This record gives sequence, structure tokens and C-alpha cells, in this order.
Amino acid sequence: MTAAANSGAKMTATPITRVLGVSALAATALMAVLGLVVSPPDVIQGEAVRMLYIHVPSIWIAYGGFALTSISSILFLRRSRRRPDQGRHYDRLAGSAAEVGVVFTAITLITGMLWGKVTWGTYWQWDARLTTTVLLFVTYLGYLALRRLPAEPTVRSRRAAVMALISFINVPIVHYSVDWWRTLHQKASLSVGRRPEITGEMYWTLLYSMLAVTILATWLIIHRYRVIRLEELRDEEGLEALIASRLNKAVGSH
Amino acid sequence: MLAEALLVARKDLRVERRAKIALGQVAPLALLILMVFAFALDANSSLLERGAGGLYWLAVLYGGTLLIQRSFDVETDDGNMDALRMSGIGSTSLFLGKASALFVQITVLELILGPGIVLLYNVRVVDWVLLFAAATAGTVAFSVCGVLWGVMSAGLRVRATLLPLLLVPVLAPVLLAGSRAFETALGVRTGAGWTWAGLMFVIAAVHTAVGLGAFGFLLEEG
Repeated sequence: MTAAANSGAKMTATPITRVLGVSALAATALMAVLGLVVSPPDVIQGEAVRMLYIHVPSIWIAYGGFALTSISSILFLRRSRRRPDQGRHYDRLAGSAAEVGVVFTAITLITGMLWGKVTWGTYWQWDARLTTTVLLFVTYLGYLALRRLPAEPTVRSRRAAVMALISFINVPIVHYSVDWWRTLHQKASLSVGRRPEITGEMYWTLLYSMLAVTILATWLIIHRYRVIRLEELRDEEGLEALIASRLNKAVGSH
Repeated sequence: MLAEALLVARKDLRVERRAKIALGQVAPLALLILMVFAFALDANSSLLERGAGGLYWLAVLYGGTLLIQRSFDVETDDGNMDALRMSGIGSTSLFLGKASALFVQITVLELILGPGIVLLYNVRVVDWVLLFAAATAGTVAFSVCGVLWGVMSAGLRVRATLLPLLLVPVLAPVLLAGSRAFETALGVRTGAGWTWAGLMFVIAAVHTAVGLGAFGFLLEEG
């Protein structure tokens, strides 16, 4: 049995995250009820508007995840510059937030394509918002690929941290693409400093959906962070066991 | 700092002059790609004329990626990167030197591909100044992004596949803007050619600034 298991770190759940998990489940269920039953259909888009309650929160979580990745990467670079063995927790947080961000970007793209099929009559348009979102998705896939490469951990983490900072440039480009270019995509439903495009039950359901998806994403990031930590422990122990077995062999042969 | 950058650029160009990879292999391959595009589009002359700008930049992307790969392969072989780090040359000089050498190599590639699209796709240049400005901005963007992402994937076993994966999404806006600017310069489209060229300069400037700031972190290994 590994030391990780012995130390009691074999689970990624704690009482607090179990509560958080149950809350996320309940919040998502309520979100489904509000989005599918309580919220009325749109005058123009009809029932298709219900896609809003998953599409918009997903991209906000993706933005939030990538912002967290960037902040953690800055903290990692600052810490590891002083001492290369420090700041690992920031690196783990950056990785787990990016993974969740990528998943929610994929959800945004899928729901957007389905919504596009209903409203525009096509799954895909070479529109500024859609194209920049795909580029954001592929950029962070590259970031995750970089994180998984077989290389010395500090080197890999440092390169990934720099890439995270550069990749974040895409986030404002995606968000403001509907303002900077003429696009088929509608303007942002909710935006800081601007009156919301929707009102009434739709507005409150959308706000609630953002809260529910935030709880879910927080729960996912915490678990992913712990899984990454366990993977690191497993690798370290595997290396130690390998060195020990080589030493034993060397001693035995003499 | 500039003297050191020049030293690094001259070193890279000397290596390239001796190996003749850019002229002997990459440029002919990029020209072949221009021909293959014509096969794929069934040698439809009006379609080729309209798409000449985009196809040109795609060929530059392909050839440029190979040149960037090559630029960092020579540094990682035999631990040359460690020697560069220990040489006392600053990270800013290294970044500028590598980017300058790549700029020269990609410019040579473009000087070969330019006549290629004129001859093969039957296009005519109507605005030389715009063409020159867009090509310059695009080449600067390719060079600085190439150095930044090249060092990111340097020394890794999977660098051949990783570099394009990292580079293409970053260069996609340059490809888009370059294609639009070239369409105007080639008289295929009227209008916002200079706006697109301006966007290319902005992208080049942003990546140069990021590169100057981040290159030091990427060089500090382990």
C-alpha cells in the first residue's frame, strides 16, 4: 500500500466537500426546474431560449477558471523564482481551474451550436464570437497538453505558467468580440456597466443558474486539485520504490 | 544588449547558411504546398485568385513552423541551450537575437512564396505599400511568437507535435488579418486592408512585449 493511502489522503472528499457536492447537486436540480418549467418561453426564440441558462453560466465559469489559472500562475512564478521547490499548490490550482475551464468552454460551444441550429438554422457560422471561442478552447487544450508532458516538474510548471498568462489575452477578445466586430451572435446578456438584455423571471433564473454552476465548478476544482496532488504523490512514491529496488539489487549482487 | 542580440542572430543565420535547410528544403516544400492547394481547388482560377492571400499565409505558417522548430532544435542538441544560458547573454538579447534570425529566414521564405502566388494563382498586386506593411507585420508576429512558443516546447520529446498545437491558435488572428490585408493589396477585395494590417502590427507589438517579459522565466530551468 502506498504512503499516500497510508496517510489517509486516498480520498478526495472531506465532510465540507461532501456538503458542497450535495449543494451543487441540489442547486443544479433547482436550476433545471427554474430553467425548464418556471422561466417562460421567449417571444422570438420560443423554447430555445432555455439554452441560455446553461450556455451563459458555462462561459462565465470558463472565464473565471482561466482567470484563476492566470492568478495562480503568477503566484507560482513568484514563489518558484525564489525557491524552485515552492509554490506547487499554486501550480496545482492553476491546472485544476484550467481543466474545469476547458470543460465549461466545451459545454458553451456545444450548447451554442445546438442553439445556433434552432435560431440561425446552422450549427456553425464563421462568426467572430464563435471563432474566437474555438481558438480559446484550443489554446487551453494546448496548455493542458503542455502540463501533461513528460518533463522535469518545475520546468514543465514554469512553462505552463507562462503559457497560462499569454493564453488569458484571449478571454477579453472572446468577451468583447461581439462589440468589436459585426457578428451574428447577440450582445452579452449580462455585462458589467450595461443594463441587462433580459428581465423578470428570465433574469433571475439566469442569475441563479450562474450561482448553481459556480458551486458545481468550485466542487470540481477542489476535487481535481486533490486528484492532481494524489497523482504527484503516486509518481514520487513510484520513483522512490524504483530507486529502493535498484539499490536492493545492487546490494544483493555484491 | 543590441550587440549581443546581433551576435545571437548572426550565429543562427550562420548555422542556417551552412545547413541550407530554409532554402534547400523548407522553401521548396512551401512552394509545393502552393501547388497542392491548386490541385485541391481543382485549379479553379477565380477561386485561387480570391483565396490567394489566405493560401499564401497558410504556406508561410507551414514553412515558418518548420523554421521555428529547426531554430530551437539546434539549441537543444548537445546541450547548446545550457551553453547559451551560461554565456552571460541576457534573456532580452537572446529573445531579440533569435527573433531577428527567424525574421530574416521567414522573409526569405516569403520572398520565394510571393512570386509563387503571382505566377501560380495569376494575381496582380495593386497596393505594394499595403502588401509590404502586412507582410512585415505578419513576419514580426510569426518571429516573436515562434521564439516564445519555440522555447516553450524546446527540449521536450513531443516538441514536433506540441509546437504547432501551441502556435497555430496564437497565430490564427495573424493569418486572418494577413489574408484580409493581402486580399485588398491584391485587388480581390476593397476596403479595410489597412485596418487589418494595423491589427497585425498590434498583435506583433503585444507578443513582442509579452515575449520580452516572459522569455527570462522560460530560460530559467530547474
